[in-house]
Amino acid sequence: MRLDHARFADVVVLSPVGRVDHATAEELEQGLAPHLARCATGQDHLVLDFAGVDYISSAGLRVLMLAAKRAKAQGGFLAVAAVQPTVQEILEISKFTLLLRVMPTVRDAVAAVSPAALAALERG
Amino acid sequence: MSGLRVRFWGTRGSIPVTTSAAALRRKLIAALSRASGRQLDTPERIEAFVDGELDFAVRHTFGGNSSCVQLDHGGDEYVLCDLGSGARVFGNHVLATRNGVPGTFHVFMSHMHWDHIMGFPFFMPAYIPGNTITIYGCHAGLEEALRRQHGAPSFPVEFAQLGATVRFVRLEPDRSYELAGFRVRPKSQHHSGESYGYRFERDGRVVVYSTDSEHKLDDAAGARAFAEFFREADLVIFDAQYSLADAVTIKEDWGHSSNVVGVELCQVARARHLCMFHHEPTYDDDRIAAVLAETRRFEEITRGDHAVQVSAAWDGMEIDL
Repeated sequence: MRLDHARFADVVVLSPVGRVDHATAEELEQGLAPHLARCATGQDHLVLDFAGVDYISSAGLRVLMLAAKRAKAQGGFLAVAAVQPTVQEILEISKFTLLLRVMPTVRDAVAAVSPAALAALERG
Repeated sequence: MSGLRVRFWGTRGSIPVTTSAAALRRKLIAALSRASGRQLDTPERIEAFVDGELDFAVRHTFGGNSSCVQLDHGGDEYVLCDLGSGARVFGNHVLATRNGVPGTFHVFMSHMHWDHIMGFPFFMPAYIPGNTITIYGCHAGLEEALRRQHGAPSFPVEFAQLGATVRFVRLEPDRSYELAGFRVRPKSQHHSGESYGYRFERDGRVVVYSTDSEHKLDDAAGARAFAEFFREADLVIFDAQYSLADAVTIKEDWGHSSNVVGVELCQVARARHLCMFHHEPTYDDDRIAAVLAETRRFEEITRGDHAVQVSAAWDGMEIDL
């Protein structure tokens, strides 16, 4: 699956596109891995821009849960942002809203963690 | 009766529960609030109001007996899955309807955790000479587990004092058997001490009983095997005790599954009906009803070209196939 990325100061915004299902969850996991390694205290923060994701299965939710768990253990910040309504419902029904930091927009997520990144984002 | 009728005598997970006084009071308040201003002056109008206008969780209860499900194909012999506390109610029903005529019972055991065997000491047909009870399972220690809960210090009646003829038959997983009027195939499941699901087939109808079964999200081969086990089943009775979030975090390795995984497996298997079972004992009727509504919505928004009917089992529910 496609996983675009952009850096704004100390925040990396990753943008998966398409369905995160049993066939693509592993690709997402592999794509996240190098960024997660740097998602730690004093290093990068991660924002997953989910605007391009129209479906996520339990296997995909597992990848997000593991990513959030690892980021937390490393003292990093990880948020999922700009979730489509259907995916938002899946997160709520599965109760993953209790496990993940879900923000309305990428800007909200960036603003929550890094003023420098927010400034860089708004400069374009 | 033609076809196959599935009766749920016990549907609760882990331990039997009852509706609390506070919950009953909330139901009464909700019902009377809805009735306010209505002309409910005859028993018929009241019944029509209760049955037609009140939500299930207000007018009814999902019940609290632990696992016991009957598969009724219309024959004279009884077929059960598990001997939870629901078996006590089933046994009393048999006594009330059989007029003393000896009966034959076939019981397929998922495993021997207490909530799945605790009904047997209170299963009245076991005390009556002339009845024959055959208990099938894949565990080596099945007979010992059932004998152990009879007699001191756990129970005042020794197993040897049971009047019925009770025999045990060991099955092997992944083998098909012709038993009790069904083609039956057991399957090993992930649960503490292992559990076994059963796929029952008869006259083109398929029921899968799969409770106390955890599904690991990183086990793609395991998911494929279960999708095959559920393949085109008319009914899948599925352990949906937890939310997905709980099942993969604080309750990981507790041996149970979720509504979300149940829907996904049934979608892949193209099963027709998912019946959520082994309800979390801390959930009241409102909570189970909410989980049911959410699960139906999840099935709807994730549906491809195959729709899966979704229900939540309750003590006393019958499903005709």
